[in-house]
Amino acid sequence: MRRRPNYLAGAGSLVWLVLVGLPLYVMLAATLRTRQDYAQNGPVSFPDTFTLDNFTGAFDSGFGQYFLNTLVVTACVIGIVLLLVPPLAYAIVRSRGRATSAIFRLFLLGLAIPAQAVIVPMFYLISEAGLYDNLLGVILPTAAFCLPMSALILSGAMRDISPELYEAMAMDGATPRRMFFQLVLPLSRGGLSTIVVFSALQAWNGFLFPLVLTQSDATKVVTLGLYDFQTEHGIDIPGLLGAVVLSMVPILLVYLFARRALVQGLMGVGGK
Amino acid sequence: MTTKITSAPPAAGLRKESRRRPAASPSISTVGRPGFAWALPAALFFTLFAIVPLVMVAVLSFMSWNGLGSPQWVGTDNWSRLWDDPVMLKSVWLTLLLTALGVVIQTPLSILLGVWAAGYQRNRAVLSVIYFIPLLLSATAVSVLWRALLDPNFGIPADATWLFGDGNLFGEQATAIGVLAFVSTWQFTPFHTLIYQGAARSIPQVLYQAAEIDGAGRYRQFFHITLPQLRNSMITSMILMIVGGLTTFETVLILTQGGPGTDTTISAYYMYDKAFKGFDFGAGSAIALALVVAATIISLVVVKVSGYDKMRSSMEGVS
Repeated sequence: MRRRPNYLAGAGSLVWLVLVGLPLYVMLAATLRTRQDYAQNGPVSFPDTFTLDNFTGAFDSGFGQYFLNTLVVTACVIGIVLLLVPPLAYAIVRSRGRATSAIFRLFLLGLAIPAQAVIVPMFYLISEAGLYDNLLGVILPTAAFCLPMSALILSGAMRDISPELYEAMAMDGATPRRMFFQLVLPLSRGGLSTIVVFSALQAWNGFLFPLVLTQSDATKVVTLGLYDFQTEHGIDIPGLLGAVVLSMVPILLVYLFARRALVQGLMGVGGK
Repeated sequence: MTTKITSAPPAAGLRKESRRRPAASPSISTVGRPGFAWALPAALFFTLFAIVPLVMVAVLSFMSWNGLGSPQWVGTDNWSRLWDDPVMLKSVWLTLLLTALGVVIQTPLSILLGVWAAGYQRNRAVLSVIYFIPLLLSATAVSVLWRALLDPNFGIPADATWLFGDGNLFGEQATAIGVLAFVSTWQFTPFHTLIYQGAARSIPQVLYQAAEIDGAGRYRQFFHITLPQLRNSMITSMILMIVGGLTTFETVLILTQGGPGTDTTISAYYMYDKAFKGFDFGAGSAIALALVVAATIISLVVVKVSGYDKMRSSMEGVS
């Protein structure tokens, strides 16, 4: 690309490296040392001690259950999205009807609705439905708010399937149903994995719906557990940061093994 | 892979077809095409859990409800109360201030970092991996992390009084706002950097080669080629920043609880505070509705002013 190294840009990027790296270092160092060590030597120092107590401590204060709850929510949200979005995207791309384009516009409009805006009526609806403090009450709205972006991502992917392929199948007398299962689904695997990662991130990182729609320990998800841990044991910083590190482990694993899918899923996240 | 991040250039017109299929499609018959029934389950689900609540928030803003019993019609009472509420007015200014700070700080930062990370040099690739780590943390985790790191007694400020004075950044309005702006920057800059990285990589190399032949230096190339070519991405990124700024919530709840006093009570937090702490769900709904309307209007204005109104979706510049 360019021949001379750009020293100015290099220096600027190092400043940003410190801003990003230092907090991450403090977080990792704090979680691997004892509370006394942290309190005596300060956050930025190099740890004198090594311990895994901060992780086991997190599990002792209930994070095992919270992880299980988050897993259930995430799995169900992915399930709902995978059930609803592929047929929707297929119709958006292939149907010629006015009704379908109206539905597509509904979802485009839906992109602009922030979760904060509907949280009061959601609380009302979920309570009326008897789903308050029930994981299902978190799953349903979370899945609904994944739909617009997932529909957009997947219909974009399905548009790349060439029309000739459909025509070839139509020649053979294939029904829309057969085209969907034999042509569309296999050829939109990339888009499907993106919407899975996108919805998983939304569910895993979701905070507002669980905050407002659940209250007991039995339905607490990880993000809410972090918030409660912070309000209750705010001074146990190594313990708190241990819980933070644990909460990011699954995403870190995806980052290491499926970086591309994760980045594409993430780009959807900001699209709300 | 079919998704847009690496492949398509961020040209605005390219995805026009998202609205309607191109007329030029060679297929003529409707044989073998799915009916709208395929879209129906998703549409019903979305209507029930997103559109119905959105309509209800408008209705509830004219009602009084304390969380028990049924809501009562009170006309414009919630609205007039909020209109006269000094905390509400203050929260609007704080929201605008924090949103503006977010755009002003993050835009140049993420453009520079994005263009830098778009280079294919080895050191840039390695550092980029570290830069994007904040993306792996949820908004909650980021806020909890910084609340711990900036704790007046046990955090970094207590260790570095030469930099932070007495160390309590949460005790004064100016520093508390500074903390919120900083944490948002830390959290969201990597995301916007990713947008600009993708966009910068799709700028045709020919443009730079031509500039090189004309003798344009690195900085002239940046200002005369790179920046103009990033225009669409800038608009996308700014709209996301504005909408994100207006709806910032976790950061405030976890870092400052709206304090000291009400000095960082931005509108989204005030909505939560009114509804779920004060059990004044009517007023909460009114604030929520105002937020949606404000976010929509501001986004539309940005799109109009920038002449980017061919944009079909906020995914556009992500390309």
